[in-house]
Amino acid sequence: MSGVGTLELSGIHAGYGDFQALFGVDLRVEPGEAVGVVGPNGAGKTTLLRVISGLIRASAGTLRFGGADLAAVPAHELPVLGIAHVPENRRLFPQLTVEENLKVGAYIKSARARFQERRDHVFELFPRLKQRRHQLAGTMSGGEQQMCAIGRALMSGPRILLLDEPSAGLAPLVVQQVFDLVRRIRQEGLTVLIVEQNVAQVLRVVDRAYVLETGRVAAEGASAALAADPAIRRSYLGGALSAWIPSCWRPC
Amino acid sequence: MDPFLLEAVLNGVLLGGVFALPVLGLNLVFGVVDVIWLCYAELVMVGMYIVWFLHTQAGWPLALAFATCLPAIAVLGLLLHLLVVRPLLAAPPINQVLATGGVLFVLQGAATLVFSTDFRSLGVEMPPIELGEVFVSGTKLAAFVAALLGAAVLWAFLKFTYVGTAIRAIARDREVMPLMGVDPHRIYLIASAAGGALAGLAACLLVVQLDVHPFVGLSFGPITFMICVMGGLGNMLGGFLAAFLMGLIVSVGGFYGDTDMSYVVAFLFFILVMFIRPQGLFTR
Amino acid sequence: MSGLVLPVAVLAALACVPLLSPPDYFMHLLVTGLLTALAGTGWALMGRYRLVSFGHGAFLGIGAYVMGLLWNYYGISPWLGVPIGVAAAVGAGLLLGYPCFQLRVVGHYFALVTLAAGEIVRILIVALRDVTGGSLGMTPHQAPPGGAFAAMQFDKAGFWWVALAAWALGLLAWRVLDRSMTSKALAAIAEDEDAAASIGIRVTREKLKLTMLSVALAALAGALTGQYRMYLNPESLAGLGISLQIVFVAIAGGMYSPIGPTIGALITIGLEESLRVAFGTQFTGAAAFVYGILLVLFMIFLPRGIAGLLERRAAARPGRRLAGAEGTVPAVQPPG
Repeated sequence: MSGVGTLELSGIHAGYGDFQALFGVDLRVEPGEAVGVVGPNGAGKTTLLRVISGLIRASAGTLRFGGADLAAVPAHELPVLGIAHVPENRRLFPQLTVEENLKVGAYIKSARARFQERRDHVFELFPRLKQRRHQLAGTMSGGEQQMCAIGRALMSGPRILLLDEPSAGLAPLVVQQVFDLVRRIRQEGLTVLIVEQNVAQVLRVVDRAYVLETGRVAAEGASAALAADPAIRRSYLGGALSAWIPSCWRPC
Repeated sequence: MDPFLLEAVLNGVLLGGVFALPVLGLNLVFGVVDVIWLCYAELVMVGMYIVWFLHTQAGWPLALAFATCLPAIAVLGLLLHLLVVRPLLAAPPINQVLATGGVLFVLQGAATLVFSTDFRSLGVEMPPIELGEVFVSGTKLAAFVAALLGAAVLWAFLKFTYVGTAIRAIARDREVMPLMGVDPHRIYLIASAAGGALAGLAACLLVVQLDVHPFVGLSFGPITFMICVMGGLGNMLGGFLAAFLMGLIVSVGGFYGDTDMSYVVAFLFFILVMFIRPQGLFTR
Repeated sequence: MSGLVLPVAVLAALACVPLLSPPDYFMHLLVTGLLTALAGTGWALMGRYRLVSFGHGAFLGIGAYVMGLLWNYYGISPWLGVPIGVAAAVGAGLLLGYPCFQLRVVGHYFALVTLAAGEIVRILIVALRDVTGGSLGMTPHQAPPGGAFAAMQFDKAGFWWVALAAWALGLLAWRVLDRSMTSKALAAIAEDEDAAASIGIRVTREKLKLTMLSVALAALAGALTGQYRMYLNPESLAGLGISLQIVFVAIAGGMYSPIGPTIGALITIGLEESLRVAFGTQFTGAAAFVYGILLVLFMIFLPRGIAGLLERRAAARPGRRLAGAEGTVPAVQPPG
């Protein structure tokens, strides 16, 4: 049986209208674990997170968190159960200040009472946000916005944090900072499920990872093992060189 | 400065305060629900009748009639959302606007059936107040102060409460709200009720200045929409400022020409703004 | 050519109606119905391409008042006054439409700009009360003895033929538009303006053509209505109230079918008369009340109107398709 905060997906099928993006995905995240989902563009990674946070419904399969079936739970009640989702492209409220963004993150009843305590904690984690607390979120740099988005998700006091492409659209140096953030959050003992295209970086942060290809799990295992797998290395960790070579010229 | 011109400017500011409330209400609903309530001025009209009826017919004290009007119109706003807007949330915007246009007819028709087309007057008038060389209607001044108070309460609600902050957030990004634990439908209901309450407050302030009849909404409804759009749809502060601008145009225009023509000037100004700055005068 | 047989036959049959010498009241309803249908047809021409105007009442008013003023002040016969009024309305439509389309005023904004324009016309009519009679309205002078025909002042039967011709002209305009490249261009514009412009469609020009046609029909309906009633007033010929009634006619009947607005007009008139009988003096309020409820119900349950319902039935029948149905329906449709 699953433990207190285990996230469990089995045989998940999902898509948008006639377009199916996921074909029977099984995935498991134990409490305290950090798990990565990697794969090429269009593999269904974002869809997977959207299914977990209820933004789209699975057409088949079961989704459980802490033993409870999530099929009938509306999306806005998932934060109450302890699931927080940092969406793709951060999706901050640009016209609201940093502190107001955090306030929206603390919307649920249980979080309101502990707003100040958690806000101070987020400011401790990300001192930059404290400096910018009265600045409009839309006027900050990409890295700062990512901090704010993660901070906003932490405000609800989640048990599991879902991160969708936290490094997307950021400069290499900032990507490094963002993964440092993820490490710091892990030290808090929070469970993390992170979706990334930046495979090399993410495998250094997580304990285990799943490789998603065209909506199916193609491989899974401990990050060290995956990083050492020749097939994975060839497809995803080819380093700088493969990025320069058109795919048709790459050896297969 | 010519004291009469000064008086016109002052009256323009007072008029702007009266326009401001329905503009804020419309903006609130549009910003949150993304639907234009074409019947907004008719909600105000119903509120005016409620105050008139309770005060002059049922003999209630004015304050009690006012206090009843606000929640009554808030409930009307809720019903409007639940019965008309909600089934059309996924429909094209035009269908939504036309449906609320249908409600406009319903409310006008209902008012005509119940109260006939007679002009009804509350018969309350405060003595004019002398400010230096100019006289200002006491009623208008009181209404103005009340409108500002209403706007301030709305501002505080949006600024300091969790729900208010969520309302400002949802106006920018609806899809992400459930991730914050926000139920958009609940926010829609709250915004609709608040929009209705603002219409109710506007009704209290208008009924002391204007006679009420079933078509009174048509006299200030169109200009309310225009102010709203001029300030930038969903932009509260912009709408608030635009209300004063339009108030001034109408009032000062009335000083130089006649009142009818000043409305023509105001509407032409609106069309011009749409051509030059469709995103709104006060949008950055 | 065979496509023309049915319409011509229907028209000929309708032209014979006065020969049955029906009661005046009945003729009155028919004439009013046709003119209402014409205004609705004009509105629907634009509405079905997502150009929703809340100011069409203004064009009725311009057509009617130009005609009426020319007759009362300069003795110019409505035979000339009506075309001049229509031309004036088209001019006003162009004046409003050109900057609108050039500057990409669309959607809500277009609706509100037209609303403002409609209000301007209504207020102008009221404000120029020395000339127009203001909100009290205006009555065209009676023609001198023997000059009734020259002054377009007929009995009910005579007006039936005039209205019938105008109504047929409206349907003809719809048909001509449907068969033109303009309708394809407009369908593309309604779906995605930028994409349409990128494949070489001249957006402003196509929209202006449509506006001219739509405004002309509305103005014709307005002028003839004024002349038929021999009474013009700003509330029934300009402003938001009448504009929304025109919208109701087009929506209830269905704006995606040429016959839709006519169905809508018949429903409206039928409804109005039964309410008049049922409610007597309470009529005005009851009519608005019932219209409003119907408009809401139509938007929620039947956004394509009665004609949309008939179309669906016809399409469901195997082996039979409604001629031209495809051409009249742009790619973008409300869900229905």
